Amino acid sequence: MCLGIPGEITAIDGNEATASFWDVEKSVRLDIVGDEVEVGDYVLNHAGFAIRKIPDAEVEETIEIYESFLEGDEEEALDEIGAEPGRQLGLGGR
Amino acid sequence: MPAAGGETLQFRDPETAEELTDRLEALMADIDEPVTVMHVCGSHEQAIAKYGLRSLLPDGLSVRMGPGCPVCVTNMPEVDEAVALAEDGCVVATYGDMFRVPGTERSLADAKTDGADVRVVYSASEAAEIAREEPDAEVVFFATGFETTAAPTAAVLTDDPPANFSVLSAHKYVPPAMEVVAELPETDIDGFLAAGHAATVTGYGLFEPFVEEYELPVVVGGFEPLDVLLGLERLLEFVRDGEAGLENAYPRCVSEAGNTDALETMWEVFETDSGEWRGIAEIPGADLVLREEYAQFDARERFDVDPDVGGADPLTEDCLCGDIMAGQADPDDCDLFGEECTPQNPVGACMVSSEGPCKIWLEYGGQPDL
Repeated sequence: MCLGIPGEITAIDGNEATASFWDVEKSVRLDIVGDEVEVGDYVLNHAGFAIRKIPDAEVEETIEIYESFLEGDEEEALDEIGAEPGRQLGLGGR
Repeated sequence: MPAAGGETLQFRDPETAEELTDRLEALMADIDEPVTVMHVCGSHEQAIAKYGLRSLLPDGLSVRMGPGCPVCVTNMPEVDEAVALAEDGCVVATYGDMFRVPGTERSLADAKTDGADVRVVYSASEAAEIAREEPDAEVVFFATGFETTAAPTAAVLTDDPPANFSVLSAHKYVPPAMEVVAELPETDIDGFLAAGHAATVTGYGLFEPFVEEYELPVVVGGFEPLDVLLGLERLLEFVRDGEAGLENAYPRCVSEAGNTDALETMWEVFETDSGEWRGIAEIPGADLVLREEYAQFDARERFDVDPDVGGADPLTEDCLCGDIMAGQADPDDCDLFGEECTPQNPVGACMVSSEGPCKIWLEYGGQPDL
């Protein structure tokens, strides 16, 4: 889907970062995020690239919307994150 | 450009949903004739189908999906090119959505079954990584998608990719396709609901020339069900007032200019070219091809793909994918839908991609019969 998926940046090395998506860690490129990103920021990840930094004020609502959207479609969420099928997502765990 | 209030909506707020559907009802009563709205995004279709939004819409308001699934509009000969390169010994890497899409004769999955080296990757950078790790292999990234994936492909190409890496671009650019669909005599569209997240990259200003030229309203909407209803309300207001106009009903994610870094990278690498969108038309300016400066990474320049590839007759003439992408048919108008054509054994791309309307309708039901 072209939805993208929000994740929290947990480590940064140049343009390569690691982000946590409901406890599933994946690498995310920062080449085209178009903003300064620090550890702890949330980004919208699409196909392995952060396409937008989510403003702090919008993080909570964005996560809520996605959790509700992804509920019951966890396989698709894993696909969007790029994680192996069958992983457990910590939805609602925030 | 006024913000339309999208930032104040609460998620899945039943009262707001009821207010919005009441407003839609009242607007349709004022308009007093059928209205067709087209959206151009698989994620919108998912939200609409999953939450049964069509069942909430007033009589006379029809919401159709247009050419909003990049895999679905990828032309079969483009798949054939990828299959031919895989059969010629290249490692072909592509997104999972593309793996089982049939070309005129075969899919990449078929080629893999017969021994070709086809790999599903999650990102363009993963494809480049394969090339780095396997310097003796020619690694071709069969790249699909709209701006949200074209910018990442471009980012990889501007970041010193390995010499054995190349891109077979099937990237698509939506605005010219909207123009073509708006002009199709059989497709009577009163307004467009544009995709919020694609607009995260492109910015909503992208649609300004379209609105002016075609005198149709365009509203950028989010994917949450209430966002969709809000977008429809704004569109109906334009229709009622007989106005064309552009509105951003998704201000919490979308700005006028979009992600300028991503766009600069994309346009540094790609330029537009005329190309066939599967089943719709040859559309000027709607394919994204590599600029000459990046020719060494262009699989079409690097390899002699047989020009006859893709010349065969399609597997079936019965598949309605093209008509569906043009907004002229619904998935259940197709005789193959859910019968010969299923996600396990897809005949057309619309049944393969998670953004494909046929797959979405089969999973959730598209037109709830309540």
